[in-house]
Amino acid sequence: MTKLAQWLWALVLLGSAWAALTMGALGLELPSPCREVLWPLPAYLLVSAGCYALGTVGYRVATFHDCEDAARELQSQIQEARADLTRRGLRF
Amino acid sequence: MASVEPRRPPASSRQEPEGRSGRQDKYSVLLPTYNERENLPLIVWLLVKSFSESGINYEIIIIDDGSPDGTKDVAEQLEKIYGPDKILLKPREKKLGLGTAYIHGMEHATGNYIVIMDADLSHHPKFIPEFIRKQKEGNFDIVSGTRYKGNGGVYGWDLKRKLISRGANFITQVLLRPGVSDLTGSFRLYRKEVLQKLIEKCISKGYVFQMEMIVRARQMDYTIGEVPISFVDRVYGESKLGGNEIVSFLKGLLTLLLLHKRKLFIYAYRVHFNLNIKEAWLLIFIKRTLKA
Repeated sequence: MTKLAQWLWALVLLGSAWAALTMGALGLELPSPCREVLWPLPAYLLVSAGCYALGTVGYRVATFHDCEDAARELQSQIQEARADLTRRGLRF
Repeated sequence: MASVEPRRPPASSRQEPEGRSGRQDKYSVLLPTYNERENLPLIVWLLVKSFSESGINYEIIIIDDGSPDGTKDVAEQLEKIYGPDKILLKPREKKLGLGTAYIHGMEHATGNYIVIMDADLSHHPKFIPEFIRKQKEGNFDIVSGTRYKGNGGVYGWDLKRKLISRGANFITQVLLRPGVSDLTGSFRLYRKEVLQKLIEKCISKGYVFQMEMIVRARQMDYTIGEVPISFVDRVYGESKLGGNEIVSFLKGLLTLLLLHKRKLFIYAYRVHFNLNIKEAWLLIFIKRTLKA
């Protein structure tokens, strides 16, 4: 099964379960507080997923490591390399 | 010097004195180049330095796609300096794409491991011994360099670039769940047989190709290890990451979401015969009916 198919399957399963429970389609009468929570659940999940995504990406951008010493090391090694290669006869 | 030296048999067929257990690992570095006249000598020098300092058996295969700036001349000079057993030149007539460059390079590779990397000095060869160590540690089929984990990182990116990079990576992590933190990275170590199998199956281009390799590798149950690397981007100012790249990224993502364990014949038909989806399905339906 492709990843897309997995996602669609999961959505269909959860979606139909939610619809069945909120519409009372299975003849199940859940207590009122349960239904009050269940009804807006998809919206809540969507908003919290969005917040989680923004928070995670924001955190990762903030902690994205800046390799300044790597750049400096590369610069000095470039000088060393050019000198050594010219000595060995390379014409740049 | 090079012309009179007898041709030595490749490492894998040479008899080791202590028998089969002492067979040495050899690492072939594939360097596809296009207009890298300035950077090629430097990257080769750094590779030679890293490998010699660690006592690793290696060869460097330079696959130049007919660069107009004379990269091939520089490559020939390097071959003279370091010897044709260490530097192999396998040029091509024109720019033909990364996947075919790897295939072309691997045909002549005598190592049992392949290292792929960029030739523009964004990847530093000093990480290759770490890749090798990691590979032996976990007996991994693939070791991938990651910019997003551990003390991996990037130099030369502004906030916008970092945001796009992390955002895109987050989306791919959620949707594809690849088990690898840096999916578009192209600094990797592969077992030779593994790379050969993967390249046969991959059909994307550019960085989506790198993503596809990892996704397929996971589907084929290959083990992947990760090593944090530093990525020094010296060309970011020149290349632009615009709307086009984002669109092609999303299209590539959709392709990977549709990646089937079996051969993706629909996509292959589309690419081969230049059809749209409806036509491809129709063609397959007709072929199947005719077979019956």
